[in-house]
Amino acid sequence: MRVLAALSGGVDSAVAAARVVAAGHDVTGVHLALSANPQTFRDGARGCCSLEDSRDARRAADVLGIPFYVWDMAEEFRLGVMEDFIAEYEAGRTPNPCLRCNEKVKFSALLDRAIALGFDAVATGHYAKIVNGSNGAELHRAVDPQKDQSYVLGVLEQWQLEKAMFPVGDTHKPDIRLEAEKLDLLVAKKPDSHDICFIPDGDTAGFLTSKIGTRAGDVIEITTGEVVGRHSGTHTFTIGQRRGLNLGRPAADGQPRYVVKIDAAENRVYVGPVDYLSVNVINGIRPTWPNGEIASGTEVGLQWRAHGTEVPARLEITDSGVRVQVAESIRGVAAGQQAVFYIGSKVVGSMIIESSELVTQ
Amino acid sequence: MTYLDHAATTSLRPEAAAAMMAALEHTGNPSSLHKAGRQSRRTVEMAREQIAVALKARPSEVLFTSGGTESDNQAIKGLHWERQAADPNRRLIISSEAEHHAVLDPIEWLVGSGQAEVYWLKLNRDGVVDLNDLATVLAERAREVSLISVMWANNETGVIQPISEIVKLAQPHKIPVHSDAVQAASCLEIDFAATGLAALSISGHKIGAPVGVGALLLQRAYKPVPVMHGGGQERNIRSGTIPAGLIAAFGAALQSTIADRDERNAENKKLRDVLVNQVQALIPGTVVTAANAERMPSVAHFTFEGCEGHTLLMLLDAAGVYCSSGSACTAGVHRPSHVLGAMGYSEAEALGALRVSFGRGSTTADVENLLAALPDAVEKARATAALSRVHRQA
Repeated sequence: MRVLAALSGGVDSAVAAARVVAAGHDVTGVHLALSANPQTFRDGARGCCSLEDSRDARRAADVLGIPFYVWDMAEEFRLGVMEDFIAEYEAGRTPNPCLRCNEKVKFSALLDRAIALGFDAVATGHYAKIVNGSNGAELHRAVDPQKDQSYVLGVLEQWQLEKAMFPVGDTHKPDIRLEAEKLDLLVAKKPDSHDICFIPDGDTAGFLTSKIGTRAGDVIEITTGEVVGRHSGTHTFTIGQRRGLNLGRPAADGQPRYVVKIDAAENRVYVGPVDYLSVNVINGIRPTWPNGEIASGTEVGLQWRAHGTEVPARLEITDSGVRVQVAESIRGVAAGQQAVFYIGSKVVGSMIIESSELVTQ
Repeated sequence: MTYLDHAATTSLRPEAAAAMMAALEHTGNPSSLHKAGRQSRRTVEMAREQIAVALKARPSEVLFTSGGTESDNQAIKGLHWERQAADPNRRLIISSEAEHHAVLDPIEWLVGSGQAEVYWLKLNRDGVVDLNDLATVLAERAREVSLISVMWANNETGVIQPISEIVKLAQPHKIPVHSDAVQAASCLEIDFAATGLAALSISGHKIGAPVGVGALLLQRAYKPVPVMHGGGQERNIRSGTIPAGLIAAFGAALQSTIADRDERNAENKKLRDVLVNQVQALIPGTVVTAANAERMPSVAHFTFEGCEGHTLLMLLDAAGVYCSSGSACTAGVHRPSHVLGAMGYSEAEALGALRVSFGRGSTTADVENLLAALPDAVEKARATAALSRVHRQA
C-alpha cells in the first residue's frame, strides 16, 4: 500500500511510521505546519508546530529513509480548531481541540489530500487500534490504558477509519520508546506533549481573554441566588472548576465551591457545592456511528472527557439527537465535550454534549 | 534522476574540484608574509584575475565574499551608508519588488530601522522594470537617491532587466547602480566595465563552484561601510581569512563557464523551447511566464491555473524529477512567490508556479522524463488545490 505517515516530531508517530515501513509499505512522511507563525523553540510544554518539531520529524524520516514534506495546514487548523475553540468557550461550552483537530484536520483535510494524491491510508502515532470487523473498520481502545486516545478519535466515521492506521496502539508506551532507541530514532527520549499546542504556556484563560476580551459579570451562589463575586468573562471558566474563583469569603455551609453552571448569554457564572455537579442524564447532538446506528436501549460504556473513566450507560435515540442515562450520577459533564460510547474496547458512537441534568429515578 | 533545478544550485565542475583540492593540499594563510602564505595568496590572486577577465573588470574591483547574499548586503547597506555619510539627504533607495530576498530584505531592514526610504519601480506583467518610471522618479528626486539596485536576471522567471539603460539614466546624476547577477553569470555575457555599474554580485555555486564563495565587483571609487569588521582583508571592506581553496574553485568554475557558455546556451535553449511547446500542448490552462520578455535560455517558468505548486513539486519528486516553485520557503512551508506578486499575479495564480532550470549536462531525456510525469502531477495538484479551497472555507 501507499501510506502517508503524519510525523509530528514526537516519538509515537516516528515509531508508527517505522512500523509501516517495516511492514513493506511505500511510505511518505509529512509534517503538518499548523501555526502561521511557528516559534523556533519552545520551553517546557511543547506542541506540534514549532520549528524544532518540524526538524525532528524530518530527521525521523531521514532515519527511516522515506521522503519528507511539510504541508501547510495552518488555515485549516485556524478555522477548524482554533476558531471553534474560541467560539465554543465564548458560548459557555468546553471544547476538546485535539478531538476537533482529528476530525477537521488530520482525518479530513489531510486524509482528503492523501486520497487525492493516490495514497491508500494515513498512519499516525495515536494510541488506538483499528480492527476489521463484520461492519467495517472498528476503532478500539489501545492496549496501554495510560495512553489510550480512542476518545479523541471517537468522532471518526467509517470512511475515515477504513483509511486510518494506528500502528502503535497495540504496544505500551515504554516499549515504543525502547523500539525508537533500537531504531536509532533521535526522538526516543523526547518528552510527551501535554498542553494545547496553540497555547504553549498553558494559560488557556489568558489566551481566550486575548482573543475574546474582558467581559465582567457576576458570580452567583446557586443555592441562594446571591451575588458572591465578579468574573472577567465566562470564557475563563469550565464546569467543575474549583480554583481561581476569587470568591473572597467562604460559603455559608463551609464547603468548597465549584463552577456548576455557565450562562454565557446572561454573562453569569454559577458556583455551588459539589453535589450540584452531579447528573445522570446527558443530551447530545451530532451523533456519529462508525459501524451503524446503535439501537435505543443499548447498554454502553460512556466516557465524557479525555483521560476520564468509563461508566455504564443506556442510549436512547431521540428526534433531536441522543439521550444517555447513567445508573449512578457522574460529575464534571461539560457542554461542548464529546461523549464517546464503547462496547467492550470498541467505540460504537459519539455525540457532542449539549446539556445534562439530574433526574430523579 | 532528472535534475532540472540548476538555478537553485548546479553541479560542481571538475575543473573547480581539481583547483580546490590542489589549493587545500597547501597550508598557508593568504595574508601571511612568509613563503607559505605567499603561495596561498598567489592562488587567490590568480583566481581574482580569472574572474576579472571573465567579467571584464579590473582585478582590484573583485572582492571575495561568502556568496550572493553577503555581496548583496555589503553593496546595499555599505553603499547606502557611504552615500548617507557624504550627504544625509540621500535616503532614497530605488529597487524593484521582484528582487531576490538578499536584496529586498537589506532594503526593508534599512527602511524599517529608519535609515532609508525606498521607491519600488513599476514592473510590467512580464516583470521588466519600467524605464519611464525610473526616469520620472530620477527627474523628481535624484538628489535624494543613495543607490539603485536592479537584478540582472530574475532567479524565478529568468527575465533579463535592461541594466545598461538603467545605468544610463542614473549616470547623469552620479547615482551608483548595483546589480545582483547571481543567476545571470551562468549564461549571460557580463561586461562590468561597459555597463558602468558601481557594483555587481555573483555567487560560486550557481556556476559550478562550491557553496560558500562569491564576489562583489566594486568600482574602485567606492568605499562602502563594511558590514563585518575585522582584520581588514579585501580592501578593508570584507574582513575574514581569505579562503584560498574556495576561491581557486570559483575562478576555475567561472573560467570554464565562460568557455562553454555559448554551446551550453544553445543546447539549453533547444531543450527549453521543446519543453515550453510540449507543456502548452499537453496541459490546458498553462501560462508561460514572461513570454514576451527577454529571458535566460536556461529557465522555463510556468503557472498552471488552479494548481498547487508545492504539491506539484512533491509529485514530480516522487517521479524522480527535481524542479522548483521558485518561491521563498519558510519553515518548509510554501508561500506564493513575491516575484509573481510584483508582476501583478494574484495569490491563487502565483501558487501554481513551476520553475524548470537547465544547466551543464541537461539532456533531451531530462525533458522527456519531466513531460512523462507532469500532466498527471498537474491534474492531481489541481485536485488538492480544489480540496484546499473547500477546507479553507469558514
